[in-house]
Amino acid sequence: MGRYVIRRLLQMIPVFIGSTFLIFFMVYALGDPVAALFGDKAPDPATAARIRKELYLDEPLWKQYLHYMGQILTGDFGTAFNGQKVTELMASAFPVTLRLTLVALLFEVVVGIVLGVLSGLRRGRSVDTTVLLLTLIVVSIPTFVSGYVLQFLIGVKWGAVTPAVSPYAPFDELILPGVVLALTSLAYVTRLTRTTIAENSRADYIRTAVAKGLPRHRVVTRHLLRNSLIPVVTFIGTDVGALMGGAIVTERIFNIHGVGYQLYQGILRQNSPTVVGFVTILVIVFLLANLLVDLLYAVLDPRIRYA
Amino acid sequence: MPEPEPHGDPRAADPRPAMDAITPGDGGAMTLATGDARSLDEGPQPGVPGSGKSRSLWSDAWHDLRRNPVFVVSALVIVFLVLIAIWPGLIASGNPLQCDLAKAQEGSQPGHPFGYDTQGCDVYTRTVHGARASIAVGICATAGATLLGSVLGGLAGFFGGWWDALLSRIADIFFGIPIILGGLVFLSVVTSGSVWPVVGFIVLLGWPQISRIARGSVVTAKQNDYVQAARALGAGNKRMLLRHIAPNAVAPVIVVATIALGTYIALEATLSFVGVGLKPPTVSWGIDISNASVQIRNAPHMLLWPAGALSITVLAFIMLGDAVRDALDPKLR
Amino acid sequence: MEHQRDQPVTLLDVRDLQVEFHTRDGVAKAVNGVNYSVDPGETLAVLGESGSGKSVTAQAVMGILDSPPGRITGGQVLFRGEDLLTMGAETRRRIRGAKMSMIFQDALSALNPVMSVGAQLAEMYEVHDGMTRKDSRAKAVQLMDRVRIPAAKDRVGDYPHQFSGGMRQRIMIAMALALEPDLVIADEPTTALDVTVQAQVMDLLAELQREYNMGLILITHDLGVVADVADKIAVMYAGRIVETAPVHELYAAPAHPYTRGLLDSIPRLDQKGRQLYAIKGLPPNLTAIPPGCPFNPRCPMAQDICRTDRPPLFAVAHGRASACHFWKETLDER
Repeated sequence: MGRYVIRRLLQMIPVFIGSTFLIFFMVYALGDPVAALFGDKAPDPATAARIRKELYLDEPLWKQYLHYMGQILTGDFGTAFNGQKVTELMASAFPVTLRLTLVALLFEVVVGIVLGVLSGLRRGRSVDTTVLLLTLIVVSIPTFVSGYVLQFLIGVKWGAVTPAVSPYAPFDELILPGVVLALTSLAYVTRLTRTTIAENSRADYIRTAVAKGLPRHRVVTRHLLRNSLIPVVTFIGTDVGALMGGAIVTERIFNIHGVGYQLYQGILRQNSPTVVGFVTILVIVFLLANLLVDLLYAVLDPRIRYA
Repeated sequence: MPEPEPHGDPRAADPRPAMDAITPGDGGAMTLATGDARSLDEGPQPGVPGSGKSRSLWSDAWHDLRRNPVFVVSALVIVFLVLIAIWPGLIASGNPLQCDLAKAQEGSQPGHPFGYDTQGCDVYTRTVHGARASIAVGICATAGATLLGSVLGGLAGFFGGWWDALLSRIADIFFGIPIILGGLVFLSVVTSGSVWPVVGFIVLLGWPQISRIARGSVVTAKQNDYVQAARALGAGNKRMLLRHIAPNAVAPVIVVATIALGTYIALEATLSFVGVGLKPPTVSWGIDISNASVQIRNAPHMLLWPAGALSITVLAFIMLGDAVRDALDPKLR
Repeated sequence: MEHQRDQPVTLLDVRDLQVEFHTRDGVAKAVNGVNYSVDPGETLAVLGESGSGKSVTAQAVMGILDSPPGRITGGQVLFRGEDLLTMGAETRRRIRGAKMSMIFQDALSALNPVMSVGAQLAEMYEVHDGMTRKDSRAKAVQLMDRVRIPAAKDRVGDYPHQFSGGMRQRIMIAMALALEPDLVIADEPTTALDVTVQAQVMDLLAELQREYNMGLILITHDLGVVADVADKIAVMYAGRIVETAPVHELYAAPAHPYTRGLLDSIPRLDQKGRQLYAIKGLPPNLTAIPPGCPFNPRCPMAQDICRTDRPPLFAVAHGRASACHFWKETLDER
């Protein structure tokens, strides 16, 4: 188990470097942050050169990257061009997005697995067909459409929740945005759970469990569920990244000042330290989530643990 | 002797059969590469020797598809969408860019069933003309990602070794970037607002998904006994790949690509909505939805029509992929 | 039929069992009126090719038929005189595993991959006897000792994939025998094993059977296994029993051409150098079983009557029956 963890950690390193470099490359190589800083005005050449020097922009790209990563490792994410420290922005934005993602994840896991198990156990019956059709429809409606429609219906027309979220973004105000954020993933979790349940319910060891005279609920909970949830857990882990990315859209709809909002502002203003800093943290969160999934995977599946 | 199973039993070789296939874009497509161990055991098998009608996977699938209403309906919708994408004038003769501010946000009226948007443009005309951008992005991006992904993934699966390892790591890197995030960063520096940067970006972040599927199915196909036999008989690499492996590995790729087409269309609309995808004067559902969203309380019709068109388009492609998967995957029958 | 129905109730009495599968290619008649019975301590070998219906019959008896597509369309399964097919689901569940149990062919896929073997064994006691987890674990270790798994105490927490094929099959046997059932159905229990291990596992099974005086249904296509352990044999073809006989009588003189074909296709040392006999043709498609005798297209003795009239089971001798119009001729040919 220890060796397994170490191997997974080592495998994360090149992915981390690759992903962050890719983002770094896109932000720095494709845009000109100094020109953006000055907006429409032509920058004073001397000032521009000084800023470039300060930001290591006159160095080759890989040196800039190394320099930047070195700073990040010491906890210095740089300063946004408005003078605010990027870490300050993060401290205000990440807790909000984390809460939003948590609400979404909870909704996705609970509702998705319950629906998936129900339809998987009744494969081909009307419950199954209905759930399958609903998930297809949900997948087909982009988040920004379902977001506005639900906000309009539930928030504005019926007044059940406040349509916009206050700056502090407490959990109860994040329920509707969380649900909107989770919808697509929820559909995938449902379908995946259904597929693995349906597949595993025909497995030989399930037949053995029935032949042993176990009651049905024990066959399902002890034998079927544990085997079937292994791929679902994997999906949910990889989905953390998709949820945080999707938060950009959801946060915009509900006017939530989280990571997505800050990133969007950063990109609009070509505020490179903000963008790269936030993305780096997101990539780290994504990788950690995947590591966690791998560990959970090893706990759930002894064949991995002892491999 | 029963016919060779289309896929080996992955449980023996890989205790994580579903891993390769699980990416947010492919829905339930993870069931494909699994053979039905039960049918080897006992009990009646379709295509038992002696029944005289052993059919190929493809003709079997086609036989099923023609009778599947989901397939027929979604295929018809897609044909219709492609037609109006090519010739929008067929059903909407107006000019989507010709607007009359005096009519801003007016509702449905004779000759203009969907009403007008904030700029006073005819929503019906814009909705019809918006199909072109969506379909173009969807088809081009899928073609690019599928071509790139299946060639790279297929070769990696076939040859294995360092190339396989390298490609898997590169794919991991692209998976490490949430797609909307990458789109924001990548496309914010491209200001042309035309279809091509969007297509390029989707291909860039979309190929690893296809390549994983292609790699997985090539690896599975490679393990089949008859492929091993062909190799033992001295078949060359090229012949092996083209004659024996590609035909068996292509089914899962097609399924995932069809479903991906739907999600790419949704992605394009999302990027346009955020403001980094297509830009005016290109007519796009994403842009129209974005503009309409501000006014949803006053004039919901402006949002609902393009949103409905977008959802139906995405749904049609996803349902088509779903139906094709069901037909090609005998497992869950 | 040579059933002794006036005797005290038999352990298991399968009467006219019929099972269908609904497939895309039509209705496959997998089991078409099967009769057999087993007494305590008796071993019945059910012999047949793949698709002959031998496993499907066993699944129907156990109540673990995949349904859909499988469906029992007729017959009775009397266990100690009570019909399992009309019994309530809960009553039947309590019989399963406790009074009658099953050993599957491939222990690797038949054991739950993510549960330790100890937990899978202990589960039997927890569910059927209401034992505590601790007690049931102790019983699981005893059970593993009983089937001669070395260092049972250390291995009780191991997972199926950590055992060798032979050891896994021993665990499968231990699980089936945990509650000392009256009847055990073993579906090809040694087919997936190495030849050297097969004999050990078979011997263990036979030994435990004697000790507990269980009825045993041994499903196999391996005539060699049958000769050593079975008391009587039922040969199945296309969902029917075509011949039943005490094991030695059947080996000495088969009364059905299909049985003879099977026996002749065993390689024998005393016939070295001679061409091996093979039954020509293939088993019938179960969605379109030929009229008359289902074996007629492959039968060397087939006459016109075989293509039109389905032969019933003719009583050949005491305890023997054959579903062949020409059973006499077949018997005499030896």
